[in-house]
Amino acid sequence: MSDQAPANTETALPKDLAAEKGLVNVQIDGAWIQVPRGTRMIEACKMAEKEVPHYCYHPKLTSPGNCRMCLVQMGMPPRLGPGQDPSYNEEGFQDIGWMPRPVIACANTVSENMGIRTTGDLVENCRKGVMEFLLINHPLDCPICDQAGECRLQEFSVDHGNGISRFRESKVKKPKNVPVGDRVRLDDERCIMCSRCIRFMDEVAEDPVLGFTQRGTHTTVTVHPGQKLNSNYSLNTVDICPVGALTSEDFRFQMRVWFLKETNTIDTNCGTGCNTTVWTRGNKIFRITPRQNDEVNSTWMPDSHRLSFDHVSADDRLTEVLLRKEDGQHQVSTWETAITQSAEALKAFSGEEIAVIGSANQTNEELYLLGRVAQSLNTSHISTVGRIGESDGKLISADRNANTTGAQLIWQITPDEQLTSIREGVQQGRIKALICSQEDLLSEAGFTEEDLEKLEYLVVTATNANGTARHANLVLPAATAFEKRGSLVNVAGRLQKLNPALLVPGDARDDWQILNTLFASISGEDGFGSLTSVFKELTSQTESFSGQTYSSIGDQGVVITQTGVHIPLIEQEATRKSSGQIVG
Amino acid sequence: MDPFFIFITVVKIITITFLVVLPMVAYAVYAERRFSAILQDRVGPNRTMIPLKIFGAKKDLNLPLGGLTQPIADGIKFLLKEDFTPNHVRKPFYWLAPALTMVPSLVTVAVVPFGSDLRLGDRIIPLSVADINIGPLFVFAVSSLAVYGITLAGWASNSKYSFFGGVRACAQMISYEIALGLSIIPILLIMGELNLNEIVKYQAANGWLIFPFWGEGLSLKGFLLLIPCLISFIIFTVSIFAETNRMPFDLPECETELVGGYHTEYSSMKFALFFLGEYAAMIVGSALIVTLFLGGWSLPFGWSESEFMSSGSIPAALIHVGCFLTKVIAFILFFIWVRWSVPRVRYDQLMKLGWVVFFEAALVNVFLTAFILYYVR
Amino acid sequence: MAEIKVIKRPQLSLGDKLYLPAIAKGLFLTFTHAISSLRGTTRGAKKMRSSGLGVTMQYPEEKWDDSLPEYYRGVPALVTNEEDREKCVSCQLCEFICPPKAIKITPGEIPSDDPWAKVEKRPQAFDIDMTRCIYCGMCEEVCPEEAIFLRKDYVVTGSDRSEMVHDKDRLYEIGGKRVGLVNKWNDLK
Repeated sequence: MSDQAPANTETALPKDLAAEKGLVNVQIDGAWIQVPRGTRMIEACKMAEKEVPHYCYHPKLTSPGNCRMCLVQMGMPPRLGPGQDPSYNEEGFQDIGWMPRPVIACANTVSENMGIRTTGDLVENCRKGVMEFLLINHPLDCPICDQAGECRLQEFSVDHGNGISRFRESKVKKPKNVPVGDRVRLDDERCIMCSRCIRFMDEVAEDPVLGFTQRGTHTTVTVHPGQKLNSNYSLNTVDICPVGALTSEDFRFQMRVWFLKETNTIDTNCGTGCNTTVWTRGNKIFRITPRQNDEVNSTWMPDSHRLSFDHVSADDRLTEVLLRKEDGQHQVSTWETAITQSAEALKAFSGEEIAVIGSANQTNEELYLLGRVAQSLNTSHISTVGRIGESDGKLISADRNANTTGAQLIWQITPDEQLTSIREGVQQGRIKALICSQEDLLSEAGFTEEDLEKLEYLVVTATNANGTARHANLVLPAATAFEKRGSLVNVAGRLQKLNPALLVPGDARDDWQILNTLFASISGEDGFGSLTSVFKELTSQTESFSGQTYSSIGDQGVVITQTGVHIPLIEQEATRKSSGQIVG
Repeated sequence: MDPFFIFITVVKIITITFLVVLPMVAYAVYAERRFSAILQDRVGPNRTMIPLKIFGAKKDLNLPLGGLTQPIADGIKFLLKEDFTPNHVRKPFYWLAPALTMVPSLVTVAVVPFGSDLRLGDRIIPLSVADINIGPLFVFAVSSLAVYGITLAGWASNSKYSFFGGVRACAQMISYEIALGLSIIPILLIMGELNLNEIVKYQAANGWLIFPFWGEGLSLKGFLLLIPCLISFIIFTVSIFAETNRMPFDLPECETELVGGYHTEYSSMKFALFFLGEYAAMIVGSALIVTLFLGGWSLPFGWSESEFMSSGSIPAALIHVGCFLTKVIAFILFFIWVRWSVPRVRYDQLMKLGWVVFFEAALVNVFLTAFILYYVR
Repeated sequence: MAEIKVIKRPQLSLGDKLYLPAIAKGLFLTFTHAISSLRGTTRGAKKMRSSGLGVTMQYPEEKWDDSLPEYYRGVPALVTNEEDREKCVSCQLCEFICPPKAIKITPGEIPSDDPWAKVEKRPQAFDIDMTRCIYCGMCEEVCPEEAIFLRKDYVVTGSDRSEMVHDKDRLYEIGGKRVGLVNKWNDLK
């Protein structure tokens, strides 16, 4: 303790107060904040809401520090001579001795009494210099580059660039338009050698096919000879590429990003329920990208899931209510006649003669309404179609249905346990009428065309034409997961929200509305006025859901039950984080 | 009744209505457009052609007529446009109103003498449809009926703009009829005669009322009477402007406030009837002014009194008719000239002018004339 | 506080009150216009290439075309360069900036066997709805490739709405070839 310290020697210094909580004091652009010990400088700046531009740094990947864009000025307390005591100012901090050269913020950690300047002549000149170097060989093809509009190089050259080039020589020529994988195109001239894609393939996708060759003036990102960038996670490299070097084959030259409307929703291709952003213009999906949720999908997403939206605008999309005539042909009808007719027809059967098959890809609200429909028909034959595949050890869950957990919680049974008995009932003629919601019975469910022929009455809701619909007495056009609102529970027991990115085409309707009118006309009750009221009743009837509302779910979801299932990729990330490889 | 009289009257009606007045109305519209264009450094409608193509010819006939076919094209357009009757109107009156506007204007033409008497053998044929002894009174009686058409149109249209237009027209026309009526009393005092043909004959002999430079007009009395005649002339002319709803008194249809005024809800031929009624009223007004103040069909300086001109032969009658039409056309051009020179007055100014200025002035003028007539011999 | 200024009503003379002199003055003015109009000596008649009556030019026979200013903004059109390469790369900036949303572009990739395959991108379809276009010239200003220009043409007619939509072929037909523009896609590229 210094005798010069104006503070009472009995009151503790800020550094001691912070140390008790495992924090350190850092001065960022003149203001002192406390951050956890071991935080990277760039993260500390983020906490202080100061922007540090960067390209190569990504919190989910290791930090090689090779883009040099995040240079900041660092200052430390003066090194003490032998026997010298530190001196503290009025606030209890030591004076900061500023270093004459900058350091990179992404690979250095903070320490007690450290100072960081994210502005000032030194920092700004450094950024300007780095930008100039990065832009020397960068082609001027923003007009044809898909990254334009979300390109960090574009943004930072506006903020920190020179505006003109002093480079008079010819630019370095590198390979352009290289199909490095089936889904990714590479333009090496645009590459700024941040190595994010290389690190991602190595660390996260665990398929290290990318690397630098010809290091020096002609450093080139290439795929290993004889290999291809065909990992099921390859499109994540396109997402993290800060420039337009890696572009998606699927989205290539489709639409400029500034025209697209973003809708935050979730993926329904498997039980993981990756958080996604759907990018639309008009009533058309252009691409799907992952959205950060550190408990579900980190910032990644499998290619197979993000590219599965073709069925939304496919030719076989159902947009009209279809009634089957005597001769087996379907005829366009209206909702009113269809629902009344089917309610009449279904009520003619006894409860034991009716079965209900739903899809575990449907939302909680729809499954709840499906349960109510079964209830009003006095049947206990209700089931989903189970789909068990193999987990890929990352984000694709073994359960390929998005909402099996939800079905289990709502119906209080193993959702697909009755499927076999229903199928046998149909085959033996015990079950004469069937309601099938959003499933094709001819595929995973194991029904045959002969089985469906035996049914006296079959109601099908479907988004696209399929074999089951062909046998149906009534086909009701429904909404895809991109067109409806609702909630789902993923394999780890997290309740997440589905948001509509598109309008339902033609005469098709949102599934909850279909089931609601069907329920209302069978039971004679009023039905529900809105989706919210369905969810409200669902939460009051099901224990796990109690107290939840759409706003409490939020964008990141909430855990409502423990299933014991973990998402492998999240666990891998936790390991790397605890070992200090990544910031996380 | 004399069959020849009936025959000749029918001929006169047909000739005057369909060969003189209606073409004049149509071409008054054309004249208005061309003349206003010239006043404003423009060209106006100058290139209407004959569309032979629609009859299957290879080329349209494009004669250098300077747009003289424009009124025909306008007429065809009015006839072929959709005749739309809005749902909210009072239909019988809505249909009646346009006719009520057009008819009085045409009926007043009956008493206007178009030329000197024609002598065929031993018969004397006056060149007016009805050579009656109450000419000016007939004119006032019939022309005041036109106000019913306009007021009815405004009321039957059942819309606020039309209604305001109708109310304004009603008030304005009734107000100015008083000034109009009072302003010609001096003339009747001077003439002692109500037959328009006789009035013209008197002027032919003794000088036009506002240009009395031959015959008795050259006496002291003639010069003194020029003063009340000029006052009468100004009041009468301005009142005719107001009566025909012409600029600067076209408040019933002033578009900045009332869209189209009383004819807002009208389209096609019904609108055309209002439009043509307005021009017909203008022509009749001009004819009346010419007859009362400018000597009607007579030539100036007593030339009409010469043996040849007063012989009643066909050439003489034709010269007189030509003289009359020239005067009328000149006056129509004056109407148009005023419309494109003088801005519209405010409604309160209009009423003040009618009731406070013209009414009093006309009244005083009657006494002034009587005084002169009584004391100056 | 604002200063209150009292302005006196103008004192009207008897002549003013009578209106008549003012009306006569107005009639005289219009009359002089009529005379000079008929004689073809209206002010500016020569400059406006009048037909001899008033100042009006007789439109289809006489046109302003040769005296249109350099900056005249007529119909927008796409251009090709000296080597007949379509300059547009369908960056869609004009579609974005267009205030009345008249432009609609469908981007497309240039096939690899095309001589200009290195440009990679070009419009598959490029429609400008001339019933929407307001001739503001923002598309020309925003274009990074100098590919769209507002021409001096101003006569756009069509007998129905679909004829008023200029497609890519029509736009190149109007625009034609332009030389001496910046060539970003030269041999060095």
